[in-house]
Amino acid sequence: MDQEHQFKPAGRFSWLVSTIYIVFLLLPIYWLVNMSFKENGEITGTFSLFPQNPTLRNYAVIFNDPSWYNGYINSIIYVGLNTIISVAAALPAAYAFSRYRFLGDKHLFFWLLTNRMAPPAVFALPFFQLYSAFGLIDTHIAVALAHCLFNVPLAVWILEGFMSGVPKEIDETAYIDGYSFPRFFVKIFMPLIASGVGVAAFFCFMFSWVELLLARTLTTTAAKPISAIMTRTVSAAGMDWGVLAAAGVLTIVPGALVIYFVRNYIAKGFALGRV
Amino acid sequence: MLEMRNAAKLVGGEYHIHPTNLALERGTLNVLLGPTLSGKTSLMRLMAGLDRPTSGSIHFDNVDVTGMPVQKRNIAMVYQQFINYPALTVYDNIASPMRLAGKDKASIDREVRKAAELLRLTPYLDRTPLNLSGGQQQRTALARALVKNASLVLMDEPLANLDYKLREELRAELPRIFAQSGAIFVYATTEPSEALLLGGNTATLSEGRITQFGSTIHVYRKPSDIITARTFADPPLNFMEVIKSGHELEHQGGSRMAVPSHLLHVADGPVTVAFHPHHLGFASQTADAPQLRAKTLISEITGSESFVHLEFGSTRWVMLAPGIHDIAPDADVDVFLDTRHLLAFGKDGRAITTLQAA
Repeated sequence: MDQEHQFKPAGRFSWLVSTIYIVFLLLPIYWLVNMSFKENGEITGTFSLFPQNPTLRNYAVIFNDPSWYNGYINSIIYVGLNTIISVAAALPAAYAFSRYRFLGDKHLFFWLLTNRMAPPAVFALPFFQLYSAFGLIDTHIAVALAHCLFNVPLAVWILEGFMSGVPKEIDETAYIDGYSFPRFFVKIFMPLIASGVGVAAFFCFMFSWVELLLARTLTTTAAKPISAIMTRTVSAAGMDWGVLAAAGVLTIVPGALVIYFVRNYIAKGFALGRV
Repeated sequence: MLEMRNAAKLVGGEYHIHPTNLALERGTLNVLLGPTLSGKTSLMRLMAGLDRPTSGSIHFDNVDVTGMPVQKRNIAMVYQQFINYPALTVYDNIASPMRLAGKDKASIDREVRKAAELLRLTPYLDRTPLNLSGGQQQRTALARALVKNASLVLMDEPLANLDYKLREELRAELPRIFAQSGAIFVYATTEPSEALLLGGNTATLSEGRITQFGSTIHVYRKPSDIITARTFADPPLNFMEVIKSGHELEHQGGSRMAVPSHLLHVADGPVTVAFHPHHLGFASQTADAPQLRAKTLISEITGSESFVHLEFGSTRWVMLAPGIHDIAPDADVDVFLDTRHLLAFGKDGRAITTLQAA
């Protein structure tokens, strides 16, 4: 009886479970890529695992039509703005939370995170009204600022985790050696939390990139993000499935690129820098 | 001269450092000795200006430096953890305080190489600290403190995390390296033996209070109270409650012994006497050493000596006996006490001043 509990080497079918898992995970993405190289007739008419007449027409449409590629440009602009603003605002805040004790610091710190728990729809209305009053509707900065609501707290939490991993004595040694605060922060401290800044920037990028509701509410034409354009592709000729699929593929690509650079730190980032 | 005038540190309504008066002279080596949490680090942080005293003031060469930012004071500090700038090379680490002071390149290079040579870091100058061993990292931190030529050098248990051999080596070198600079050298340690090896002055700390400050040998030989005596003894001191009457000390268990000559002037009544473990022995060191009967508990062999844990009445003693003794536990043994070095304390814990021992 005891022998049943002994450690057994992996069986002949141990590869099966992981293979099924990966197939299920990748299937939708594969199908998206598959569709993006097909013609509309093939997509709607037949079932094929591979494009029978591979075509780049769908991509050509996107790269040649300003109403398509401007969506990407808009998205990249406001996501980039948001990432820069969020990280720049979060760095000093995270440093304060990690190094100083002040009245209500723990409550404030927790309250920051609770901002992430409210659904974005709650904020859509006040943002719309507020930005209308300031004439910010349909600008990139409007979306970038709106996304800060979620991304600054997240970046603060991630950076605080990374900063608390740096011994306070390094700060003190630097001050004793004669470093002024700004000089210490840039020359000594930033290199130590560089991976944290990378992870925080990645998460800001990711959340801002996939967020649809606020981005769509706050823009009309000039700053319309790609995800909003993708939801409005029904034309008189019906759905252009192929172009839509190509747009989907192109939407995944930036995220995949960015994730490659921070792949070693992602787990630490999901744990908010506290591993 | 560094002076603390009634400097105290309150944290959350609790004294981390009780109001303290302390004056440290230039060119002296000062040891802060005390167990963990006794306030050594807090005291150093006050001296350095990393923390501001809640009350009282800190003066340097008669200038009030309380609240002066740490960048403006000329100090150097080495921590127990190996603290360097991980992003910079060893060379840049050592050079950084001089660069900030605005020295010219040639003299920086000369000083860095000199310090590296002294601390045997020359082969590692191009590496970053995290690629070095712990000892090399700490030597980098020491080199950085050295080149700064600070007037106050603070070392917070700098050798505690190093391996034995390196610790011995650096402990011998440190005072020599820093002595030439004429700086006030403050060294915190938990080990009484380290304080004795370093010499200089010692301040013993207990629960945020300096219990005694004076030359190391003096504090060791003549602790002013029981707390100091306990702090400055490793292996721990042994204590015995006795009643003095005339020329005799009587223990409540019935043992009697003659009063040693240096304690003859003590008033009759209850006295706490204390002695070091090496003043107990299986063999009598003097003709009139009193013989005491105790029970063995356990013995530890360190090599050439044995620590024998004894129970005498209800108190526990440690005896340091030369040679290797393999002693059965729970056996009754006769031990001899060398009473010439007995320390005596009154009821209030203060040391009873002794006449010069013959």
